[in-house]
Amino acid sequence: MYNIAVLGDRESVMGFKALGLAVYSAETVEEARKTLHHLARDGKTAIIYLTEQYAAEMQDEIAKYKDEVMPAIILIPGKAGSLGIGMQNITDSVERAVGADIL
Amino acid sequence: MPSATVNATRMELTKQKKKLATSTRGHKLLKDKRDELMKQFLDLVRENRALRKKVEDALMRAHGSFTVASALMSSEVLEQSLLYPKQSVELDMTYQNIMSVNVPMYHFETASADAGEIYPYGFATTSCELDDAVDALSSVFEDMLKLAQIEKATQLLAEEIEKTRRRVNALEYVVIPDCQAKIKSISMKLDENERNNTIRLMKVKDMMVAEQIEANRRADAAAMAEYKAKNQV
Repeated sequence: MYNIAVLGDRESVMGFKALGLAVYSAETVEEARKTLHHLARDGKTAIIYLTEQYAAEMQDEIAKYKDEVMPAIILIPGKAGSLGIGMQNITDSVERAVGADIL
Repeated sequence: MPSATVNATRMELTKQKKKLATSTRGHKLLKDKRDELMKQFLDLVRENRALRKKVEDALMRAHGSFTVASALMSSEVLEQSLLYPKQSVELDMTYQNIMSVNVPMYHFETASADAGEIYPYGFATTSCELDDAVDALSSVFEDMLKLAQIEKATQLLAEEIEKTRRRVNALEYVVIPDCQAKIKSISMKLDENERNNTIRLMKVKDMMVAEQIEANRRADAAAMAEYKAKNQV
């Protein structure tokens, strides 16, 4: 059995607690980075939902786990709205596979 | 471009020919793999885009409700309401094999089947916007899980396509031309040796024939002289 984690600032992730997901709130990017590493290494967390506001500052860490089967780091918009990073990531993977953005 | 030194021997030629056959076959197979991966990948990407848009919109709506709820309720009460969840989710993961890429498939199970179990608080002290927010989150959750699955598959496939594409290109533009050039240069050298040999044999034969003719001539002359001497006597 695996866990689903939600990582982000407190107000953005609070609601997910009601669904029964493992919620980790972080007040600073540094804290979020530490939590992300911790979650990625524990071998029990299959999906980490990360708010885009923190993801913007942690691109390198996220890229590291991109080619691994576990965990899947999925970006979600925080309460301040979508930054378009999630969509940009899809475009990036198309570019990576095809060599150009063909869609 | 052939590398600087190749042994111009038949053994090397056989080796290179075998290598060329293997490379050509591998190239064809990898190309097919790439094309099929690409097909699957593009389908996934389209789905991924649509799903992400849907999830992002739904989450923004949920966040909106949350903002209203937190404006209507004190943050302590809000926090307290969500502090202890009633519902819990268990995730199971299996793998699906897409063209030898293992992509995860998620299945989740909620501890309680009752949809009302997602509200971990009493309704008396909380605002109805909080109910809306929690409800919106729970309805988007299934899509979020699907998004996770598709997005991970997209990322893994992208990596595999990149690898396969590099291999196809390396075979097509480096290994196969190199092999062909080597085979050409070896067979040219061997042919040249063959011709050298033929010419040498022809020359030797010419020399031997010339010697034989000379010897015959000498023998004829000697016989003629002997005959003439006999007749004169």
